[in-house]
Amino acid sequence: MKKVIEKYPLGAVVLLLPFWIILYIGLQPLADAFVSLTNLPPGEHITEALRFFVFEVPKVLMLLTLVVFGVGIVRSYFSPERTRKILGGKSLLAGNVLASLLGVVTPFCSCSAIPLFLGFVESGIPLGVTFSFLIAAPMINEVALVLLFGLFGWKTALLYMSTGLLIAMIAGYVIGRLTLEKYVEPWVYEVKAGHFEMVEEKILFSQRIIAGIDAVKEIVAKVWIYIVIGIAVGAGIHGYVPENFMASIMGKSAWWSVPLAVIIGVPMYSNAAGIIPIVQALLEKGASLGTVLAFMMSVIGLSLPETIILKKVLKIQLILIFVGVVAVGIVVVGYVFNLIY
Amino acid sequence: MKVQILGAGCAKCKNLEQKVRSLNEAHHLNLEIEKVTDLQEIIKYGILSTPGLVIDGTVKSSGSIPKDEQLLTWFKGTHA
Repeated sequence: MKKVIEKYPLGAVVLLLPFWIILYIGLQPLADAFVSLTNLPPGEHITEALRFFVFEVPKVLMLLTLVVFGVGIVRSYFSPERTRKILGGKSLLAGNVLASLLGVVTPFCSCSAIPLFLGFVESGIPLGVTFSFLIAAPMINEVALVLLFGLFGWKTALLYMSTGLLIAMIAGYVIGRLTLEKYVEPWVYEVKAGHFEMVEEKILFSQRIIAGIDAVKEIVAKVWIYIVIGIAVGAGIHGYVPENFMASIMGKSAWWSVPLAVIIGVPMYSNAAGIIPIVQALLEKGASLGTVLAFMMSVIGLSLPETIILKKVLKIQLILIFVGVVAVGIVVVGYVFNLIY
Repeated sequence: MKVQILGAGCAKCKNLEQKVRSLNEAHHLNLEIEKVTDLQEIIKYGILSTPGLVIDGTVKSSGSIPKDEQLLTWFKGTHA
């Protein structure tokens, strides 16, 4: 099977896609059939919890596989080197917009934040534009996007993505306008980075498909367990813990809940999948969407390890401004969501 | 042949180093392997994401772990 896919990647995808669609459509009846096999009394908590679990787990995992595969292919067209080339010579505002969008599609790992920061700044990309990229890249995460889509619908997913982009654009623009170059460690501007032209070998489409498959192997293997736990938490507490358990502290009426969620979320660090069980549990129990989303964004978008890494190139003032501007952006998004929903 | 792995300690960097080392042994390639962890050194090669793979001073890849076959072509190809 593996050999065949590697040999005929395009054919394998064309064959597997209809199979995926049929299975996806058939998930609800399959889950219902499975539940009725157990002879549990319908309508009971335990039955409905099981039904929710056996339907949501394969659904979200299938969506995740498809999206991660697609993103893997898209990312094979973008490399950080290429993104730098595109961003070179762009003015502040246009640069912020472009950098935020590219932050979503360019492969990025926070462990590469320093070489990337240096490489961008050194090639003359404005500080604010560089920050737009560094904010968007972790904040808008395909795993979080799939989960929001799968569990709460496309509107929530779209709002998450668009507000994340907006925060990256505006925060980067603000940082750019504040002219904070003086808070960058001086050695950064003295570095003479080497410039190499990586031989751009022609990549066949079949190789891009393999890149997509690799992305699935890497990401799905890492996050599936969190998803199962998250959905189990959702299914488990459904009907057991009082519905409005969290409503008084994280509901809409508690105006201070959004800033509080961000203050708690910023020092916390987790990958997008790890946070989902908590998100699921909070929402289920009456916490409002804006508050929970603000919490999630601050956990995955701003992380202590990354800011510590950035300390090597940025003075503490700039790090605080960076965290502050992004946190304020997230708080605003939280309030907007609470207002809409 | 001199092979340098550029990376300040991310998981992928370690994977790549292990991979190169085991290929080196399995195929008796006689490579001179060096791990570069100093950021300023890494930046000199102009890469934007780690791990970077440098063979005899030329950057071959960055930000990814190349496949075994690809690595072997590089290791054997330039050597011959």
